[in-house]
Amino acid sequence: MLEIKNLRAKVGDREILKGINLTVKPGEVHAIMGPNGSGKSTLAQVLAGRDTYEVTGGEATYEGKDLLDMDPEERAREGLFLAFQYPVEIPGVSTTYLLRAGLNAARKHQGLEELDAMDFLSLVKEKARLVEMDESLMNRSVNEGFSGGEKKRNEIFQMAVLQPKLAILDETDSGLDIDALKIVAQGVNKLRGADRAIIVVTHYQRLLNYIVPDKVHVLYEGRIVKSGGKELALELEDKGYSWIEEKVANA
Amino acid sequence: MTNQEHYVSEFSKLQKEQAAGQPGWLGRVRKAALDRFVELGFPTLEDEEWKYTNVAPIAKTSYRLGTETKAPGLKVEQLERITFGEMECSYLVFVNGRFTPELSRIRRLPDGVRVGSLATALAEEPGRLEPHLARHAAFDKQAFVSLNTAFLQDGAFVHLPRRKVMEEPIHLIYVTAPNGAPLVSHPRNLIVAEEGSQVAVVESYVSLGESAYFTNSVTEVVASEGAVVDLCKLQRESEQAYHVATLQSHLSRSARFASHSISLGGALVRNDINMVLDAEGIECVLNGLYLAQGTQHIDNHTFIDHAKAHCASRELYKGVLSGRSHGVFNGKIMVRKDAQKTDAKQTNKNLLLSEEALVDTKPQLEIYADDVRCTHGATIGQLDEEALFYLRSRGVGREDARSLLIHAFATDLISRIPVKPVRTGLECLLMTRLPVGIEHREGL
Repeated sequence: MLEIKNLRAKVGDREILKGINLTVKPGEVHAIMGPNGSGKSTLAQVLAGRDTYEVTGGEATYEGKDLLDMDPEERAREGLFLAFQYPVEIPGVSTTYLLRAGLNAARKHQGLEELDAMDFLSLVKEKARLVEMDESLMNRSVNEGFSGGEKKRNEIFQMAVLQPKLAILDETDSGLDIDALKIVAQGVNKLRGADRAIIVVTHYQRLLNYIVPDKVHVLYEGRIVKSGGKELALELEDKGYSWIEEKVANA
Repeated sequence: MTNQEHYVSEFSKLQKEQAAGQPGWLGRVRKAALDRFVELGFPTLEDEEWKYTNVAPIAKTSYRLGTETKAPGLKVEQLERITFGEMECSYLVFVNGRFTPELSRIRRLPDGVRVGSLATALAEEPGRLEPHLARHAAFDKQAFVSLNTAFLQDGAFVHLPRRKVMEEPIHLIYVTAPNGAPLVSHPRNLIVAEEGSQVAVVESYVSLGESAYFTNSVTEVVASEGAVVDLCKLQRESEQAYHVATLQSHLSRSARFASHSISLGGALVRNDINMVLDAEGIECVLNGLYLAQGTQHIDNHTFIDHAKAHCASRELYKGVLSGRSHGVFNGKIMVRKDAQKTDAKQTNKNLLLSEEALVDTKPQLEIYADDVRCTHGATIGQLDEEALFYLRSRGVGREDARSLLIHAFATDLISRIPVKPVRTGLECLLMTRLPVGIEHREGL
C-alpha cells in the first residue's frame, strides 16, 4: 500500500528526514516511535503533503502512484488521512461542512455520486456516536474553543467519516486521559480491515495497549534505526530511548 | 469658478426654489452650514483625519443635484433583489436623494410611529424635527456634513414614541439613476427613538448601472433612555461611485445602539461614525465589514466618546482586500475623566489577498479615567497556511479552501446582523462578491 524508499526532507537548511525506508501492507498497523525531535511528525506531515517541508530525495509510492507528486487534497481523495498532532482551529467553518466538502470531493474523485444531505447527516451521526462526540461540537467551527481532548476526538471522528485507506495518526494519544484514549483506540480499531492500513506515530507505548500494532519502528535522528514486533514497544517502555541512542552511537 | 463657488451658486438656486416652503430655522441652519463649508473647503491629505483618503476627485468635480425622482426602468419587482425578497417590512425608496412614493411601501405601523420622508415631515410637522435635525452631526467641523446640511432636502424620518416597538425592520433604499451628468445626492436621515422604544433600520445604497456620481449622506440617531436602535448600512454602489457617509448618534442613559456597516461597492468610500456616550449604562456596538477589490478605496473612521461612567462599547471591523485596493481603519476611543468603569473593546482584522492590496489601520485610545477596561488590537495578515493545509488534507481543493477561509472570515460579521433577511441575503451576496465563489452553504 505504501512504500517509502530512502526519503529525505528538510525544513530551511535543516535536514530532518535522513533516508526513511518503510513498507506498509494492506491490513497492517505500524507504530512509529521515537524520542522528541526524531522526525516522527515531519514524516507524517510530509506524507500528507505539507509544503513547509522540502523533500530532497527518495520516493514514496502509495497504491502504485507517486505520492510525493500529488497535492494534499489529491492524497486525501485517494484515501490518505492525517490525524494532526495539533489540530488547527478554523473559525467560521463547521466540522460537518468541512467533512461534507471533503467526502464529496473524494467521492467525485472516485467516480461516485455525491452524498445528499440526509445520507450525509445519518453518516455523521453514526460516526459521532462511535467516538462519543457531542453532536453540538460537530456543528461548531472546526476545533474552535475545543479542549485538547475534544480536538483529538474530532480528528478520529473525521477519520471515521472519511473512511481512509491509509490513516496516519500523529501523536493522537498525547494529552488524552485514559477514557478518551480508549475511545480514540476504539475508533481506530473499527477502521481496521484487510484493505486498510494505519500508521500510529507516538512517543509512548500506552496507546499500543489498545491499538495493537503488527510492526513497531523506532525513528531516531531522521532514520528508522530498529524495527520489530509489538514487543519492541514494551521494551522501549521498559528501557526508555537511551539504549537506542547508545546503540546508534556505538554502531 | 472654484468648487466652493460652484456650491454657493447651486445653493442659491436651491434656496430660491425652496424659500417659501421651508421653516425659518432650517433656512438659517442651511445658510450657516453653507458658510461653514465655504470656510472649511474639502479636506486634503494634510488633514490628519484624511491623510489616507484623497477626496480630490470629489473636490474637482462640479456635481449637480439630480432632479429626476423617477428611476427610468426601475420597477418594484427589481427592488426585490435589493430588499432581499421576502423581507417583511416597510421600505422607503429614494431616487437621486428624493423620496419616491410609487416605489415605496409603508406597512401598518404601531400607533404614533412615523416612518416617511424628511421632506414631508419638514412640510407638515417641522416642530417635531426642530429639536433634533442638524443638532448632532457637526456641520461646523466636518466639511461633508456642512455640505450635506446646506443641501439638506430629503431623506428618511423615523420617529418612535415612548415604549413603541417596531417588530419589523425599516428599509431605506437610496438609488442613484445616472443620466450622464455627474450627480450628487445628499440623503439626510433622522431617527428618533424615544424612551424605551425599539427599532431596526437598514440603509441600502445602490446604483442603477455603472456611473460616476457622488453620494454624501448624513444620518442622525437620537436614542433616549433605554431605547434600542439597530442600524445596518449596506453600501453596494457602482465601483465608479464616490460615497461619503456620516453617522452621528446621541445616546441617553441605558440606551443600546448597534451599527453594522457593510461596504462592498464604490470607487472611494468614506464612512464616519461618531458616537457620544453622554450618560451612564449605554451599550454601543460598532461592527463593520469592507470588501475591496480592483482599485477600490474604503475608509472607515469611527469615534466613540465615552463621556460618562458604566458604558460599554464593542467594536469589530474586518476587511478583505484584493487587487490593488486600499482599506483604511481609524478607530478612536476617548475615555473622559468621568467615564469610570468604561468597558471598551476594539478589534480590526484585515485579510490581504494580493501583494498590491494595502491597508492602513490606526487604533487610537485616549484614556483619562483610571478605573476602566479598554483593549484594542489590529491585525493584518494573509490566509492562514496551516488552516489551508488542514482543509486540503481533508480533500478540499486549494481554491475552495481559500474561498472557504475568506468566506468564514467575512461571515463572522454578517452573522452578527440582527435582521435575518439581511443576514441571509448578504450571505448569498458574499458568495458572488468574494474573490473565489463556492457553492452556497445552505443547510449546514
